[in-house]
Amino acid sequence: MSFDVLWTYLPSLLSGFAVTILCWGLGAVLGLALGFVIALLDRLRIAPLRWVLRVYVEIIRGTPFLMQLFLLYAGGPSIGLRLSATTAGIVGLGLYSSAYFAEIFRGGFNAVPAGQVEAAMSVGMSPFDILWRIKLPLMLVATVPAIVNMLIILSKETVVLSIITVPELMYEMQTMAAETFTAFEAIFAMAIFYWLLVEVVSRLGRRLEMRVTSFMTRDARPA
Amino acid sequence: MRPEIILHSFGYLIQAAGVTVAVSLAGIAVGFILGASVCMARLSGNAMLARAGAVYVSIFRGVPLLVQLLFIYYFLGKFGLEVPALVAAVGGLGLSSGAYQSEILRGALNAVPRGQSEAATALGYRRADIWRRILLPQALRLSVPPFINEFILLLKASSLVSVVGIAELTRASMNIASSTYHPLEAYVGGGLLYLAINLCFAGLGTLAERRLGVGRPA
Repeated sequence: MSFDVLWTYLPSLLSGFAVTILCWGLGAVLGLALGFVIALLDRLRIAPLRWVLRVYVEIIRGTPFLMQLFLLYAGGPSIGLRLSATTAGIVGLGLYSSAYFAEIFRGGFNAVPAGQVEAAMSVGMSPFDILWRIKLPLMLVATVPAIVNMLIILSKETVVLSIITVPELMYEMQTMAAETFTAFEAIFAMAIFYWLLVEVVSRLGRRLEMRVTSFMTRDARPA
Repeated sequence: MRPEIILHSFGYLIQAAGVTVAVSLAGIAVGFILGASVCMARLSGNAMLARAGAVYVSIFRGVPLLVQLLFIYYFLGKFGLEVPALVAAVGGLGLSSGAYQSEILRGALNAVPRGQSEAATALGYRRADIWRRILLPQALRLSVPPFINEFILLLKASSLVSVVGIAELTRASMNIASSTYHPLEAYVGGGLLYLAINLCFAGLGTLAERRLGVGRPA
C-alpha cells in the first residue's frame, strides 16, 4: 500500500479539486439565488403560482439527485438541451439545492416578528427597505445554521457528479486508481479529504453562526 | 417524448422499485442496530466508548455515501474478501444511516424531560427500569417522525448503490435508457416511481405522526 502515487498524480488531483470547488460554489450560488426567488414568489400568495412552486419543490426533494443529473445530462438532448457534463453538474446542484434553500428561506421569512414589519410600515419605509434592513437581518439568525448545513450536504453531493463524468476530484481519483491499480489508496484518500473538508466547513459555519447571533444574549441564541 | 416507452417497461421498473425498497428497508434496519448501539455508547459513562461513538458519527456523516460504498467494496476486496454487491450496498447504507440514526435517538432521549428520570431515581427505580418504562417508550415515540424522514432520505440515497451493480430503480432506468435510446422517458419513468414511493412513505409518516400525537405544529 503506497501513497506515493498521490504525489505523482498531484496535478490532476489538484485540477479535480478545483473543479469540485467550482461546481460546489457555482451550484450553491445558483441554488441560493433561485431558492430565495422562490421564497419571495411564494410570499406573493398567488394560488396558481404557489402550486407550481410547491410541485417543483416536491419533485426535486422527492427524487434522487442522481436521477435529476441523468435527466439533465442524458435526457436533456431529447428536449434540445445539450449541456456539457460540468454545466449539467452545476445546473443539477443548483436546482437540487434551490428546493431546499427555498424551504429554508420560507421558514426564515415566517420567523420574522410581524410587529417589526408593521412598525416599519407605519414609519413609512419602502417595501425594499423593509426587506433589506429589517427582514433579511432577522432572517439570517434563523437561516444561517440551516444554510451552512445544506452547503455541507451539497459539498458531499459533488461526488455524485463523477458518475456523469464531470472531472472533479472523485473522477480524477478513480482515473488514477484505474491506471495504477491503487483503488484502495485512492478511496482512502478521498474519505480523509472529504472528512476534513466537512469538519472545516462545519467549524467555520459554527463561528459564522456565533457572529450572526452576537447581538443576542446567550440564552436567546438558538444553540 | 414517447410516454408509451414508460408503459412498456413498467413491469421492469416496478420490479426494480421493489429491490430499491427492500435494500432501503434492510439498510435502515442495519442502521437502527448500529445507531442504537452507538447512541448507547455515547451516553454511557465510559469516556473511551463515548469518544469512539462520536468519531463514528463524525466519519460516517462527514464522508459522502458514494465514497463510503466504494470504500467498503474495495476495502474488503483488498483483504481478500469477495463481498457480494448486495452485502456491500446494505452494509454501506446501514453504516451511513446508523450515524444519523444515533443522532436522532440521542436527540429524542435528550428531549424527554430530565425531571422524569430524576423523580424516578428519587422514588427508587433501578436504572434498567428507568430506561425500560420511562425513557425508551417516550424517546421511541418522539423519534418516529425523524425516522420516517431518514427512511425517505435513505430511499433516495439508495440510488447510489447502482454503482456497485445492484439492479435497483436507478440502474433499471439506465438500462432502459441505453436499450431504447430514449433516456428522457426512461429517467422520467424512474423519477415518477421514486416520487410515488416517497409520497407513500411521507403519507405514512404524517399518519403515524397524527396517531402518535408527536407531530410538529404546522
